[in-house]
Amino acid sequence: MNIISIAYKNLKRKKIRSVLTIGGVAIAVAVLVSLMGFDRGYQESLTGNIDKMGYQLLITAKGCPYEAATMMLKGGGGLRYMEKDIYDKIRGDTRIDKVTPQLVSTVYDPDRLDGQGGFVMYMGIIKSYLELKPWVKFKSGQWFTSETAEEVIMGYEAAEVEQRLVGDKIFVPNVNKVLTVIGIFERSGTQDDGIVFLPLKTAQQIFSLPDKLTGVGIKLKNIQEIGSFEEDLYNEPGIQIISMAQVRGTILNLISSAKVMTNSVAVIAIFIAVIGVVNTILMSIFERTREIGVMKAIGASAMDIFRLVWMETILVCSLGGILGSILALSGSGLVEHIIKMVLPYAPSGQLVLIKPGLLFVAFIGAIILGIIAGIYPAWRAASMRPVEAIRTGE
Amino acid sequence: MGELIVKAEKLTKVYKLSAEEIAAVNNVDLEISSGEFVSIMGPSGSGKTTLLDMVGCLDSITSGQLEILGNDVSKMKESRLVNIRRRKIGFIFQDFSLIPSLTALENIQLTLYFAGIQKKPKESIRLLEKVSLAHRVNHLPKQLSGGEKQRVAIARALATEPKFLLADEPTGHLDIENSQEILSIFKQLNEEGLTIIMATHNQKLGLQAKRIIYLVDGRIVENNK
Repeated sequence: MNIISIAYKNLKRKKIRSVLTIGGVAIAVAVLVSLMGFDRGYQESLTGNIDKMGYQLLITAKGCPYEAATMMLKGGGGLRYMEKDIYDKIRGDTRIDKVTPQLVSTVYDPDRLDGQGGFVMYMGIIKSYLELKPWVKFKSGQWFTSETAEEVIMGYEAAEVEQRLVGDKIFVPNVNKVLTVIGIFERSGTQDDGIVFLPLKTAQQIFSLPDKLTGVGIKLKNIQEIGSFEEDLYNEPGIQIISMAQVRGTILNLISSAKVMTNSVAVIAIFIAVIGVVNTILMSIFERTREIGVMKAIGASAMDIFRLVWMETILVCSLGGILGSILALSGSGLVEHIIKMVLPYAPSGQLVLIKPGLLFVAFIGAIILGIIAGIYPAWRAASMRPVEAIRTGE
Repeated sequence: MGELIVKAEKLTKVYKLSAEEIAAVNNVDLEISSGEFVSIMGPSGSGKTTLLDMVGCLDSITSGQLEILGNDVSKMKESRLVNIRRRKIGFIFQDFSLIPSLTALENIQLTLYFAGIQKKPKESIRLLEKVSLAHRVNHLPKQLSGGEKQRVAIARALATEPKFLLADEPTGHLDIENSQEILSIFKQLNEEGLTIIMATHNQKLGLQAKRIIYLVDGRIVENNK
């Protein structure tokens, strides 16, 4: 006989009520775990995405830096173009380790996704693109046969969606062009997976943007020189320089207000759960007033009663914590899907990252919740006078 | 004459009901010694239960003096009273008051747990055997008849080897046959040396005790040794 088994048996007496209260705690814990998992996952995914861009700086046409940031990561609309002269001008800079120009264009394809329609992102690149991204490997096929070849290399997902293999043709609507698939990249876990790549010059020609670029990616030999490098290009007309560190900070700032909102929801959920637990346990001790009196008569001290009621609350919260963690783990896919639909920018990769450490923290948190929520009902039960408790319940 | 179990002098309990004061127990002088089997009888509202509550250290005293086993409990704090209740007194209630979520055996072990007494389940089962309930060890109270529940309650009251038993209308919820059976158990326990103080308004049962105390309006009107 121990206090945990007595408390557990008491909870079993009103099964539906106990299950509902545990469910309330579980939902609160699940919300909290999901949000904390999202916080961690989003930052890690974003950092991973930015690191995998391969460059520390991007030169784009002057415009809204947020737009530029989105464009870099996702290839969003509202693209601005700059002259390719800037690439020719800076490529010889001795501070630069690697540099690559790119021209991005999005084309609406009404036949995409079995007739649902959707945008396809095309990116004109040159071979130095691969130097900046040494992890990019070919799944099949090879690099373009020439700088003006009417060929494409498809990102892994783009090839899957379009169901194309090396040697197949791909039709570009709007410009009415048929290109040949010469290669398919392996999955990289970045936005590159969804892009259709083609030679820069071919892109400039078929999209009627001769000598235009959307961006120039730069990796410096020494990251410390970012400041001086940016300064030198500051007066260059029509362009702006964005560092990836800034982009990361900007995006994290953009979602921080959303995070405040969601965290508030989590706090409210926990608050409601605590009230629910206190209410349930109080109701239960009022119903058991006579029983508590009898326990005192047969030898229970105030502390015995306090510990018993406290243990019931802690059990409810612990079971809620375990159930909530399981809910969060099993529902993380769904949460991720919803977040990706709602967020203005969702990096690729796992957005809701629930690690064992987080589950442990959630479980301990639930126990602490029980310890706090249990104090008042336990005190109420412990301070009942035996004779009054016995006679009240008669 | 054995050890003095209860010694009350001018014991009084007054309840305040709005402007009115009611003396449920009024200037009672009483001595009960070890080995006695006492029936406290009287009509409803005569103060039987109140007297029993005070003797059981469950209720406070308005005035007078009360000693239980030589301890002056008149002004004792709850934290000390609990030690007397858990080690010296066995309680039996009219409605049995078993914990519904615990089996017969667990109800007995709960008392031992509160008293901090380590005993093997075998010893608790022996108590159930003593009240002829060996076959009901793992039954929940709802699976037992009224008479069986009261016998479990007796076994529970005996678990801590108390100095005396306090039974408040122990047969109030039982038929004649079961009532007589409970009384037989009490008689047997008393013969084994246990002091029993029983409140009842059942004349037939009450008169079977060795000593009758008759209360009317909170006063002892008959104290027949």
